[in-house]
Parts: sequence; C-alpha cells; structure tokens
Amino acid sequence: MIAATLAIVVSLFLIFVAVVRRGLPAMSWDMVSKIPGGGFYIGKEGGLLNAIVGSLYIVIGSITLGLCFSLPIVLYINLYLPEKSRLAQFTRLSFDVLFGIPSIVYGAFGFTIMVYLGLRSSLLAGILTVTMLIIPILIRSIDEVVRRVPKEMKDAALSLGATRSEIIKVILRQVAPGIITAVLLAVGRGIGDAASVLFTAGYTDGIPTSLSQPLATLPLAIFFQLSSPIAEVQDRAYAAALILTFIVLILSLAGRYYSRKYSKNKI
Amino acid sequence: MTSSLQSEKMQANEDSVILNELDAGSIFSKHKPHISVRNLNVYLTKNHILKNVNLDIPDKAITCIIGPSGCGKTTLLKTFNRLLQNSMDVRIDGDVLVDGENIHGKGVEVENIRKKMGLLSQRPCPLPMSIFDNVAYGPRIHGIRRKKTLKIMVEKYLGEAGLWDEVKDRLKSPATSLSIGQQQRLCLARGLAVKPEIILGDEATSALDPISSKKIEELFLKLKDQYSIVLVTHTLRQAKRIADYVVFMYLGEVIEAGHASEFFNHPKEKLTKEYLDGYFS
Amino acid sequence: MDRIKYNKYRQFKEFAIRNMMLVLTIISLTFAVIIGISLYYKSVPILDQQSLWSLLSGRSWKPLKGEFGFFPFIMGTLWVTLIAIIISLPLCLLSGIYLSEFAHPYIKKMVYPMIDVLAGIPPVVYGVWGILAVVPFISDKLAPHFVEYSTGYSVLAGGIVLAIMIIPLMISVFIEIFGALPGGLREASLSLGATQWQTVKKVVVRKSFSGLAAAVVLAISRAFGETIAVLMVCGNVAEVPKSVFDPAYPLPALIANNYGEMMSVPMYDAALMLSALLLFVIILAFNAISRLVLIRIERNFAL
Repeated sequence: MIAATLAIVVSLFLIFVAVVRRGLPAMSWDMVSKIPGGGFYIGKEGGLLNAIVGSLYIVIGSITLGLCFSLPIVLYINLYLPEKSRLAQFTRLSFDVLFGIPSIVYGAFGFTIMVYLGLRSSLLAGILTVTMLIIPILIRSIDEVVRRVPKEMKDAALSLGATRSEIIKVILRQVAPGIITAVLLAVGRGIGDAASVLFTAGYTDGIPTSLSQPLATLPLAIFFQLSSPIAEVQDRAYAAALILTFIVLILSLAGRYYSRKYSKNKI
Repeated sequence: MTSSLQSEKMQANEDSVILNELDAGSIFSKHKPHISVRNLNVYLTKNHILKNVNLDIPDKAITCIIGPSGCGKTTLLKTFNRLLQNSMDVRIDGDVLVDGENIHGKGVEVENIRKKMGLLSQRPCPLPMSIFDNVAYGPRIHGIRRKKTLKIMVEKYLGEAGLWDEVKDRLKSPATSLSIGQQQRLCLARGLAVKPEIILGDEATSALDPISSKKIEELFLKLKDQYSIVLVTHTLRQAKRIADYVVFMYLGEVIEAGHASEFFNHPKEKLTKEYLDGYFS
Repeated sequence: MDRIKYNKYRQFKEFAIRNMMLVLTIISLTFAVIIGISLYYKSVPILDQQSLWSLLSGRSWKPLKGEFGFFPFIMGTLWVTLIAIIISLPLCLLSGIYLSEFAHPYIKKMVYPMIDVLAGIPPVVYGVWGILAVVPFISDKLAPHFVEYSTGYSVLAGGIVLAIMIIPLMISVFIEIFGALPGGLREASLSLGATQWQTVKKVVVRKSFSGLAAAVVLAISRAFGETIAVLMVCGNVAEVPKSVFDPAYPLPALIANNYGEMMSVPMYDAALMLSALLLFVIILAFNAISRLVLIRIERNFAL
C-alpha cells in the first residue's frame, strides 16, 4: 500500500523532472516576450508571447462569462428552492454529469454552432467553448461552499425583513474564499485544455486585437509546435509546457491556500 | 381586504381577549394580545409538529415558552415570522394574527411581517461584515442611505443593546472579532435597528456564559416596556426570573398558558405540575 | 407613501432577480439536450447512408472512398482505456485504503496536495511527458524484450499516460467513499477482534463496493474522452492493434486530428460528428449512472 502511494507520488515527480529538464534549457527572456518569427511551425525565431497572451484572453473572458452563469444558478438552487427540491437535485446531478463530458465534445459542439452561425475560429468562439467547459466546474465547487452557509445566517438576514435577493450580498461575502478557490480551479482547467479550443480558437502567430480574430493558446502551442521537425520550434513547445506546468502549480497551491476549510470537489 | 372581514377579525380578537381573561388570569386586561394563534397545525413532512395551538401573546411583556426539547417550541416561534416556509415540506393550517392581521393571508408581504419581529437565534449569527455594517444592514435594506442617519441609528441601537461603550472605537472591525456574548448583543442591536414591535428569542442565552446571559436577560427586562418579547427557553429558572406570561408546551400541544405567578405557584394541569417539579425535562 | 413605493420597488426587484435566475437555471439544464441534438443533427447525413451497426463494425477507414468503419477506433479506445484501468485501479485502491485507513495525518497532509497538483496538470503536459519519457522507455527498454520493433508510440504508452491522468480522479472519489462510511462500522469490527487489515478487507471494501464501482466507471468515462494526451503518444494508425506495442487510434484523437480536412471530403464531417455524438452519449450515460450511485451512497451514510 505504501508502495502504491509512493508510486503515485513518484510519478508526479517524474513528470516534473521530465518537463523541467527539457523545458528549462529552452527558456529565455525572448521566449516569453516575443511572438514567433517566420511562422510557428517552421520559423526559428521568437517566442511564445502570442500563446501566453492568447491563453490569458481566453481565460479572463471565459471566467467572467462563466461566473455570470454559474453564480445565479448556484444562488437560485440554494436560496429559492427548498432543501430537498427535485429541481435542485436534478440541477446538481446534471452539472456533475456535464463535468464529466470530455472537452473534445465541447469543442465539437462549439464548432458545429460556429459553422451554423457562420463564424470563423476566433477569440469569441474560443471563449464561448471554454465557458461551456468550465461552467460545470464553477457550479460544482461554488455550490459546495454555498450549501455550507449556515441556515441561521440566512434566517438572521431574512428576519430583518430582507428579501431573498437582498441576502445574496451576505452569502457572497461569506463564501468569497470559496469562490476564489472555484475560480482558480476553473482557471487551471481552462488554461490547460487544448481539445476544446483546437477547433474553435484557431492558431496564429499574432496577438488578437478583436473578438473575431483567431488566437494561439499555450496548450495548442505545445501541441502544434511539438510536431514540427525543427529543433528550435520544438524548444518553444517544451518551454510552453514548462510555463503551463508552472502556472498550474501556482494555481493549485493558491487554491490550497484559500481552501483549507473547503476541501471537497477539487477534482 | 373588505372592511367586513376586518371587523370580523377584530370581533374575533375581542372575543379571544374576553375568553382569555376568563381563562388565564388578568394579564390581558393590562396587555392586549399582540400575536394571536388560532387553531394552528403544522406538519413537517408527515410529522404533526404543532397540534391545534390556540394562544395569545401579550403586548409589551415577556412571554416565555417552556417545555421539553422537541415539543415544538422553536417551530411555533418560526411560524410567527414565517421563517418556517424556508425549510422543506411544511404544511401550515390555521391563523397567526399579528395586530389582527393574518400573516399567512393573501397579499401580505412577508418582509413586512419579518421587519416587525427581531429574531435572536440560539447561537449568535453575525453577518460577515463589520460591526457597523451589521447594525446598519437592516436600515439600509429598508431604504435608509444617508450616512449621518445611519451613524445615529447605529449608535442608538448599539446603546440600547448595551454594547456601544465596548465597541465604539472599533466599529470597522469584523463582527466575528467580538466575544460570543458581545455577538449576541450585536445581533440584538441589529434586530432593534429595523424598529420591530416584537422580539423573538430562540434559546437566545443557551450558548452564552453566565455573565453574558445575565446581561441579555437584563436587556430583555429593560426592553419590555417598548417591545413584546417572546422567548423560547430551555431553563425553567430563566422563565421564573423574567417571564410575565408563560406558555407550557408538550408534544406539540399547548398544555397550559398563564400569568407567571399564577403559572408557577398554582399550575392547573397535572402535566405542568410534574414538569415544574422536575419529573421530566 | 414613499415607503409604499419603495417597498413596491423592492418587491419588483425581488421578482425580477428570482425569475432571471430561474430562467438561467432552466436554460443551463437544456444544455446537455442541445449538445446532443446538434451533434445528432450534424451526423444525420451519414446515418441516412449507412446503418449505425455497419458503421460501428466496419474495419475500413477510407474517407476518400466513402468508407467509414469505426471499429479500429473503438478498439483503440477500449484497449487504451483497459490498460489505463488495469494499471491505475490497484494503485488507487491500495493507496486509497492506505491514505484513508492507515496513514498518519501528516502523510495525508503531504500527499493530498500532490494528488491535487496531479489532477491540475493539463492533458497536453501529460502528453509531453509521454513523449519525453514513456515513449522512449517503451521503444528502447521494454518493447525489445517482447516484439521485434516498436516506435514506442503505442497502446501501452497511451495506457500508461492515461493511467496517471485518471489516478487523481479515482483516488479522490475512493477516499471520499471510505470517508463516508460510518466510523461505528469499523469500531464494531475491530471490537470483535478483527485486525485492521481484516476490517478493511471484510468491512470497508465490501461495504463501499458499489461506490468503488461507480468511481471506476467515472474514471473509465474520463479515460474514454481524453484526447490530447492520448493523441500525442498513441501513434494514430487506423488499424485494430494486435499487441500493446502496436499503435492505436482512439475516437477522440480521430476527431481532434482531422477537423482541418473534414470540410472538403463528403460525409467526413458527419462521420466525425457521429463519433463525437457516440462519445457524448456513452460518457453521459456512464456519468449519470455512477453519479446516481454516489449520491445514493452519500445519502445512505450521511446520518
């Protein structure tokens, strides 16, 4: 049993060692501050700035949009519906299930919608797809903390004559750390997912200046550039992998820090 | 609401006053009933929690509801400000009249009912904000925005709850930084700030240390000139100390209700006598 | 007067917010249905042409000739998933038991964050690790003992990478299930003189068997749908693999790899959307079943 646990822990370290050993030599200041020169697949110059910025755009956009959906839904099922309401239970179940749907399906779905609407692959389409991907994560983990708000606190605010929509502020304040954890979790998933943006975000060397332009993201930068035969381009992929791993590690530690109290539904 | 209905209700009220005067002693000659409960039945899922409760709560006096745990005291209290409907599968039959108005009637705004009653729960439950904002929360909801007015109100009600001197220098610090006894007084101040007419206490002192709970009791005695106070209490001694009017409940029924001195000295029912003598608790 | 007006305004606000939230909730619930319908709608053309069964059992994948046999891809998916489960299940079961029953709190405090990190690592990074470590290991060290030649990009590589990926999911659900068992159960067994290991074997594992099964199903469905990491290490040859050292081509990889060309070849996009639909339906069903089981467990034990 100890050996099994050890094996899991060791495999984590093996992954880190592999990524760092190959990625570190490829890292340089240019890597994070320049966009690739001469095409991402063959050009030997430049770095990953396009992918870094692109990932940021996607994540910021989809988190914002995702919160716009998930907060009202969580608040509704916890505040307006009675404890054992069928609708609330069904909602929870369906987001648990949607959470398990692979990102490639979201990607394919996003793509069909895109074609249907006559859109090209773009920042907008990427944001929408990633939003679909992270809404279940946000809802699950925010629900987890909102459900634990003591009933007495709701009653206390209600008994002062507040309407239910007026006590939302109280609840949000109470669960703020939990929401931050949920967002960190969703950022981690959103920033690292390749299959959903593969169809919808496109890929480009530049940095998008509007919602309708395609863009690069870090996971796609790894995926595409790794298959290039040119060593310098491959270096970029490994550097991107290192950056991505680093980001995810930071997010995970930050999430830990914020969520000592709320430690379920993390995976 | 038609006027005929209104007058009918008034009639019913007066009837009940007369009834109670015959029944339970003299308290209603001095204190008009503030809350009247008529034929109240409450079912939680399939359990019959309150069985045909008929009751009058006197105005500007302290009413203590006593009885063994699980007898429906808290449920009764929560029907008064309609917090019960928040839980699942509740069915409520019968009327609860506050100032002659049926709180379960059509077109009644539940927020107005709740505003009339301040609630003190078993454990103090400060809202996750500063001391000042806790007290100002109610007034703000009800539309008071001016900083100056809020400041005056916060000072006034913290004063009434006997907390002002202790916290005036740290109004901005979070409410959870207070001791538990202070928190309970803060909750009282918060409740008073919406200008209620009734204060409901659900074993409001059971989580507190003796000194804090003594302070709260003293506050109740001071406040009963302005408010009708209804307390669910777990200790007989507390009821003996502060009650003007006592309601004894057992297994969802009101066994006996009456003036405190009458109730404790000359209980009418056998069950009451046994409870007071400590045969069960 | 003002007071009444203000109250009216509050009531209206309450009404508006309440209904807005309700509408959002209802919309979000139709989400799964919309996904299913639109994928189905997109795959109708190919279903009109050939029966579902002939598509699923067809062995030949030649889009240019209009032959769309999914069998190699389905087998690829099954092979990779099977290997992943074979590797990860014993690891997860043993370490799950260890962490929840035996381990010192200090060790838990060390290991849980690591599992979290493992869960957070993006698939594409797992893929990079696969290429850097697993593939060379298989082609240089392992395969020569068994077969004449392997590139390393194989079913086995995909299975190993996938196994590591589903470990965090499986282990965390395991730990949750063991944690949900009432403590009295263990004490009852221990007080009868059973050793701790006997208690685990006879009581803990047996009592939580349905939950463990549900967790495994959950992990299988995760493995089914995993795309990028598997795609990077599996070799992607559209044939039924004959041994674990042969390349395979799982369904998700098929979708991901071919989206660029699919517009120009007739029926190609319908075929790909059909495979997305297949994935969606299978995983939806798997997930729904296992979640229902897990919910039941939580309800039964949460007293």
